[in-house]
Amino acid sequence: MDVLTLSRIQFGATIAFHYIYPPLSIGLGIMLVLMEGAWLKTGNNLYHQMARFWTKVFALTFAIGVATGIVMEFEFGTNWATYSRFVGDVFGSALAAEGIFAFFLESGFLAVLLFGWDKVSRKMHFFSTCMVALGAHFSAVWIIVANSWMQTPAGYHIVGEGMHARAEITDFWQLVFNSSMLDRLFHTICGAWCAGSFLVVSVSAWYLLKGKNIEFARKSLKVGLTVALVSTLLQAVTGHKSAQGLEKNQPAKLAAFEGLYETTSNAPLVLLGWPDEKNEKVIGISAPGMLSFLTHNDFHTPVIGLNEFKPEDRPPVTPSFLFFHAMVGIGFTLIAVAVLGFLYFRKGTLHERRWLLWILVFSVLGPQLANQLGWFAAEVGRQPWIVYGLMRTPAGLSAVVKANVVLSSLILFTLIYSLLFAVFIYLLNDKIQHGPDDADLLPSGKLALPTKN
Amino acid sequence: MHLDLNTIWFILVGVLLTGYAVLDGFDLGIGALHLFTNKDEERRVMLNSIGPVWDGNEVWLVTGGGALFAAFPNVYATAFSGFYLALMLLLAALIFRAVAIEFRSKRPERWWRQMWDVSFSVGSIVSSLLIGTALGNIAWGVPVDANGEFAGTFLGLLRPYPLLVGVTTVALFMMHGAIYGVLKTEGELHDKLRVWAMRCIIFFVICAVTLTMATLLYVPHMAARVRENPWLFGVALANMLAIANIPREFHHGNDGRAFLSSCATIVTLMALFALNIFPNMIYSLPNPENSLTIYNAASSPKTLGIMLVIACIGVPVVIAYTVCIYWIFRGKVKLDRMSY
Repeated sequence: MDVLTLSRIQFGATIAFHYIYPPLSIGLGIMLVLMEGAWLKTGNNLYHQMARFWTKVFALTFAIGVATGIVMEFEFGTNWATYSRFVGDVFGSALAAEGIFAFFLESGFLAVLLFGWDKVSRKMHFFSTCMVALGAHFSAVWIIVANSWMQTPAGYHIVGEGMHARAEITDFWQLVFNSSMLDRLFHTICGAWCAGSFLVVSVSAWYLLKGKNIEFARKSLKVGLTVALVSTLLQAVTGHKSAQGLEKNQPAKLAAFEGLYETTSNAPLVLLGWPDEKNEKVIGISAPGMLSFLTHNDFHTPVIGLNEFKPEDRPPVTPSFLFFHAMVGIGFTLIAVAVLGFLYFRKGTLHERRWLLWILVFSVLGPQLANQLGWFAAEVGRQPWIVYGLMRTPAGLSAVVKANVVLSSLILFTLIYSLLFAVFIYLLNDKIQHGPDDADLLPSGKLALPTKN
Repeated sequence: MHLDLNTIWFILVGVLLTGYAVLDGFDLGIGALHLFTNKDEERRVMLNSIGPVWDGNEVWLVTGGGALFAAFPNVYATAFSGFYLALMLLLAALIFRAVAIEFRSKRPERWWRQMWDVSFSVGSIVSSLLIGTALGNIAWGVPVDANGEFAGTFLGLLRPYPLLVGVTTVALFMMHGAIYGVLKTEGELHDKLRVWAMRCIIFFVICAVTLTMATLLYVPHMAARVRENPWLFGVALANMLAIANIPREFHHGNDGRAFLSSCATIVTLMALFALNIFPNMIYSLPNPENSLTIYNAASSPKTLGIMLVIACIGVPVVIAYTVCIYWIFRGKVKLDRMSY
């Protein structure tokens, strides 16, 4: 295999593996804030026990997230040096902001969140938990700024020519609020909340099925299902907004997602299908006019098809189409699961419906899959560009790195990541089987002091 | 030296990397010493002495790397693609080290703990060695072609002088870590660490003297720089005084001051390094005209300016809460339920 293919596989694989963890940190971060906040408000020590238990899970995901995150930062330079030179000036401010506002905040207060339980007051600890969650969200902001700039560049001009051309910043705020950034940010964050809340839901449903830690599981389900319901519904809204943005900013990508070749008014929305690239059509069930309606709020406005673009400017249709549709399908299934779970929980009969509990146990996989597929769709749909309309992916490669070298690092990381994933699952399972600590029902140290209200 | 935006960012990247060396230096050092004891409880105390802070310390490297990418994208691109294999090894070492801290005490089995103990220790030593070797290569000079691309090979980076810098870095961090350990522990382990710290100091002094001689004899452009700017000799002198002060304070039982001297040693060493390479960031050997400097490798003044505003708002806040967090976790390590 050539150095381009190997570098793409390596970057795709390392970032996909990394992306198992940040959504959990963001999502669990919110869950921890809600649980600890509920404890401070109600004084019910069950919430304290919940916060302590989920903090341990949070610590595990956070450690692997940090360890695998450094790899991404290095790989821009190691494998994509030409791209790094091209975007360095533009990404500079976003990266600086990410490091200074997000990473330091997160890792600094993490110390208090994990190890400060007995050393600081309740309010100080709660403040630290909020700061960790805030830091996790901030890091999403700046990463999405950078990635959205690659999708919809703004606030820059090109300086220099050929090998030495690079994008230089002209307007910081235009660059930050480039046209796809806000929609994609909300969509990503909702996806992260889904990942965190469904993990809590899944583990709690498991406890109910096994008949252990019942009270703990009920309270966790209450918080988990509420967040799951809100974030899956918001996810549909933000997804819709993102797709509307695509039609304006990256029509080729939207056309590939829908397998739409001819520009048509009354364009159909494919509900279930498979793209046939040879005959330039989609085999499956579609709803006529719905794509026009969803993108333009009108059945008759035409939607641009792939044939408007030269073949070398089109993204690969089949993978874009499949990743996108699988993500949407999972997204709507999760809404149904969250609604059902929430309704039966409110009725107080959830624990009797074992089939639903089993679905909830497995629901944890849904957001993980959808998050991965969503990013695959977003990044494959951007092809053949590494920076949309400005730089093609092969042009971004490092000039001096050889294929055999990339192959060896790819093998190295495949081995390390397989080991890490196995250990992660093993330890996560260990924590879940062990369950919450009864000792955590009684706060100790300074936390035992009542708050002054 | 004219203080323009490029120079300011050269200094800021230097400050971030020095912050990394001072802070992560001691927890890499603790890692290097980790296998010297084989008692489970003592290993746990060592891990927990860095437990709450190692993560934040590593962020200095992440932010330093980010600042390099942002302020000097050409340096970042050339160095990272040129040092490909070395950096991949560094990443592997940093990953193993980080997850080992988290994983180790999660299971009681002996083989499990031994496995992660070895990962932690080897990862720490290899990380220090590679970081030092990379700095050594920058000091010595690496081949760069007319396009600003690295023109050497991986094996070409493993020359005696850079490796000597690597070994010196390991020695420096071991000494730094051992003194930190003395501050954070009590009882039997404390006494052991005192003995190790003394040996580490001797190890480091031998390395430092050898390195100084090697630099003066074999790295002519660095020696010439000192000759042209005699005031640089003052920095070197400050560095030597800081080193000499470590065993002195340590001998008198002023462990806190010995640790501060150790910090000062790292800061002055980094300052010497930075002043010697300035304004080059990657010195090109054998074609010095291809060197990447703070001018030909930098981002636009506008970006440097915006980033400076961000840094001025953010850095004081970061320093304030970092100090608070170190304050919360001050004193000797006590193992409790939340410990590793």
